[in-house]
Amino acid sequence: MMSSQLRSVIKHVCLIALSLLMIYPLIWLTVSSFKPNATIFSDLSIFTTDLTLDNYTHGWTSQQLPFSRFLMNSAILSLGAILGNLVSCSLAAYAFARLRFAGRNLYFAVMLGTIMLPFHVVLVPQFIIFRELGWLETFLPLVVPKFLALDSFFVFLMVQFIRGLPREVFEAARIDGAGHVRIYAGITLPLMVPALATTTIFTFIWTWGDFFGPLIYLRTRENFTVSVALKGFIDAQSSSNYGAMFAMSVVSLIPLFVAFLVGQRWLVKGIATTGIK
Amino acid sequence: MSSIGELRQLARQRKRGGKARNPDNLAGHLFLLPWFIGVLVFTIGPMIASLLLSFTDYNLLQPPTWAGLDNIVRMMEDERLLNSLRVTLVYVLVSVPLQLALALAVALLLDRGMRGLAFYRSIFYLPSLLGGSVAISILWRQVFGKEGIVNAFLALFGIEGPGWISHPDYALITIIILHVWTFGSPMIIFLAGLRQIPEMYYEAAQVDGAGKARRFFSITFPLLTPIIFFNLVLQIIFAFQSFTQAYIVSGGTGGPSDSTMFFTLYLYQQAFTELEMGYASAMAWFLLLIIAGFTAFNFWLSKFWVFYEEDSGAPPRRQRRERQGAAA
Repeated sequence: MMSSQLRSVIKHVCLIALSLLMIYPLIWLTVSSFKPNATIFSDLSIFTTDLTLDNYTHGWTSQQLPFSRFLMNSAILSLGAILGNLVSCSLAAYAFARLRFAGRNLYFAVMLGTIMLPFHVVLVPQFIIFRELGWLETFLPLVVPKFLALDSFFVFLMVQFIRGLPREVFEAARIDGAGHVRIYAGITLPLMVPALATTTIFTFIWTWGDFFGPLIYLRTRENFTVSVALKGFIDAQSSSNYGAMFAMSVVSLIPLFVAFLVGQRWLVKGIATTGIK
Repeated sequence: MSSIGELRQLARQRKRGGKARNPDNLAGHLFLLPWFIGVLVFTIGPMIASLLLSFTDYNLLQPPTWAGLDNIVRMMEDERLLNSLRVTLVYVLVSVPLQLALALAVALLLDRGMRGLAFYRSIFYLPSLLGGSVAISILWRQVFGKEGIVNAFLALFGIEGPGWISHPDYALITIIILHVWTFGSPMIIFLAGLRQIPEMYYEAAQVDGAGKARRFFSITFPLLTPIIFFNLVLQIIFAFQSFTQAYIVSGGTGGPSDSTMFFTLYLYQQAFTELEMGYASAMAWFLLLIIAGFTAFNFWLSKFWVFYEEDSGAPPRRQRRERQGAAA
């Protein structure tokens, strides 16, 4: 019989090997972004002392407008989406979790059902609506829906969270004569900060990484988000400036990485309770 | 608890037909007002509109003209569409089971309270957060390029790798691997599920002399099946809608020779390159029906392998009772 210590060593060796395999492409990307363009593919090693910042200075301006412009666009879009989701999803979640009204179960089922609806089914009419409204080339098509509680995942997440709060708190508030607005804003919101944090971080990561939405609604360069701007590098790959492409890829991933470091706790809790990706 | 579990419960409640009084009618509708507007204007309205557009010719510039079943006939004869369907099916049916199997295997390795647990969990989870971004797809193009690190690794064993991205036989594989690489999020869900299995089940089994394999197949796996099922349903739904990876890896073309032409990519091209809005709407509904069909099939199949504790006559878990109390 194998000793449990040996078994544990084998397990850790496997897990470390898998970790390395998982993380290696990211390390290679980061190291390559500091290598002179000529050596990126001639020397694939990640151990090198021949490092330079050229790719970053070069990449920053290689898409006609400075990359800060695209970062700013992505940041504005993300902020708008976060604000919208926090307000609208918490309002809807409060209604579903704490209020009794006609049709609640039906609406709740519809809300859950939309999680599974492929957005392609509404894509063309939505595009037509936004076009009629004159909202193409603005951030509105990507932000306004967030103020209408359409990200059902977060509504569901918040409903689950509110249901888990002690009922006594709400009953006491009712007895004190607090209305729903006060119970929502004064009691529920402060208590559901963890759910709001999860929503914030997921909304940020998804909005920052979103490609399809910006691809169809933001087609002029001044409006490009980081995702769409990065696409520019593969469109013009004849120039094959891999270093610059890698450098700006790293730049685009840094905010996601920071969100991951800061918010890991809430992210893990969030997916464990709702099963979001 | 999962959204699917919620739906099941709602269905059960409806059957019971409890007649509740509704003291918060006005407040409830006011708090839900944004959502009502959103669902009507941006979900239900557009769904009806796109269903109607499916039977028209519409290029955004002239008003739509009625085309009857033309779009449907055209879909059935469109070789590129049928090919994109095949590519998508291969992608979904290979990448989702692989990803979930790896997620489960790793979750099982990560024992409660083991050394380095938080570290491993972070490392495995990170790719899931980054995997959908354009930057990672760009990276993938290089990792699997003719001179990329995959081929450099294969060269160590004297194997000369192909240009993965530029070869029609291999391009799809790279996107499947990208999907498997993001196994971290289902792994987290499995970990949460594993932690909910009461330790006493294992203790009892051990007393009865059950071995490791026996304990897995008699306790762990059956109790985990609802979570596996939930992941399977959702991951299949999401995988059908994958877009960014195929777009970026193929440079927007779905190539080489349409080998990475996902259904969604073809739909995008029809709608926004060819301006075939009617045809694209028909495709979208076709996609919806396929996904609905797969989901229904999954639910049907679940009767044969998913184990619900309540079915076995065991007392419901405390948590479930509490939740029902809160919902009532």
